[in-house]
Amino acid sequence: MNAAAPSIEMEEREPTSADGPASRRIVVGYGFWIFLLSDIIMFSAFFATYAVLNTATNGGPGPAQLFDTTNVAIETACLLASSFACGMASLAVAERNQTWTQISLLATGILGAAFLALELKEFASLVERGAGPTHSAFLSSFYTLVGCHGAHITAGLLWLGTMMAQFYAKGFRENIQHRYLCFSLFWHALDIIWIAIFSLVYLNGTRI
Amino acid sequence: MTTAGGVSPGDVTSRRRGVRTYLIGLGLAILMTIASFWAAQTHLIYGPGISVAIVVLAIAQMGIHLVFFLHITTAPDNTNNVLALAFGILIACLVIFGSLWIMANLNHNMLPMEQM
Repeated sequence: MNAAAPSIEMEEREPTSADGPASRRIVVGYGFWIFLLSDIIMFSAFFATYAVLNTATNGGPGPAQLFDTTNVAIETACLLASSFACGMASLAVAERNQTWTQISLLATGILGAAFLALELKEFASLVERGAGPTHSAFLSSFYTLVGCHGAHITAGLLWLGTMMAQFYAKGFRENIQHRYLCFSLFWHALDIIWIAIFSLVYLNGTRI
Repeated sequence: MTTAGGVSPGDVTSRRRGVRTYLIGLGLAILMTIASFWAAQTHLIYGPGISVAIVVLAIAQMGIHLVFFLHITTAPDNTNNVLALAFGILIACLVIFGSLWIMANLNHNMLPMEQM
C-alpha cells in the first residue's frame, strides 16, 4: 500500500498549469533563466563571428602559435572549482548556515578572481608579443568573445561581493535568497559558456 | 520547493541528495574536461576526428552542467525551464550555423583578390 502510494499520487496530480499562480521564487528564477538564455544567444553571435573570422589572420600569428593550453587548463580548473563552490554555497543558503555560506562564497570568489587574473595575464602577454586586438580580424573577434566572458566574470565577482555583504548584514531574508538564486544561475551559466570557449577557441585552435 | 507552478531553475528538489548531486556533476565534468584536453593533444585519434571529439565532449559537458549544477531536468514540474532552454538552443544554433553557412557561401562566390 505504502509503496504504491506515490504512483497514485502522480496520476491524480493536476497539471502544473492548473496549480494557480507560481511562488515568487519560481517567477524570479524563471525570469532570470530567460535573461540567461538571451545572454547565451548574444554569446552565440560572438561565437559565430569568431568561427567566421578564425582564419583571417592578416599574415599574422594564428591560434596555434598564440595559445598556451596549460594556462587554459588551469583557468578551466579554477572556474569549474568555483562553480562547485557556488553549488556548495547554494546548499548552505538553503540550510541558512551563515558560516558555510560565507566560506563557500569566499572560495567561489577567490577561484573566480584567480581565473580572471590568469586571463588578464594571457591578454597582456599576447599584446606584448604584438598580437593586440587591432592586428587582425581573428584577434579582434578573439578579444571580443573571450573579453566579453571576462567582463561577465568581473560583473559576477562584484555581484558576489554584494551577496556576501547582504547575507552578513541582513541574514537569510526571502528576497535576498531570491537574489542569490539568480547569482548562482549566472555563475553556473558562465561556466557553461567557458566550456564552449575552451573547446572551440583554445583546444580546436591548438590541436595537432 | 515543488509548490505551485513547478520548480525554479537552480533549485535542488531534495536537499539531502544535494551534495551528492554536485559531487557527481563535478566528477563527470572533470572527466570530460580531461578527455577533451587529452583529445586535443593525442596522436591516437584520426586527425579530422579530433575536432568532432572535442565538440561532442563539450556538448556532453554542457549537458552535465545543466543537469547537475543548474538542475534542469525532464521532470514534469520542470517543463517551462526545458522549453525555454530548447528555444534558446534553437536560436543559438540558427545564429551560429546560419552565419557560417552564409559566410562560406559568400566566400565561395567572391572573386579571387587578384581579379578584383
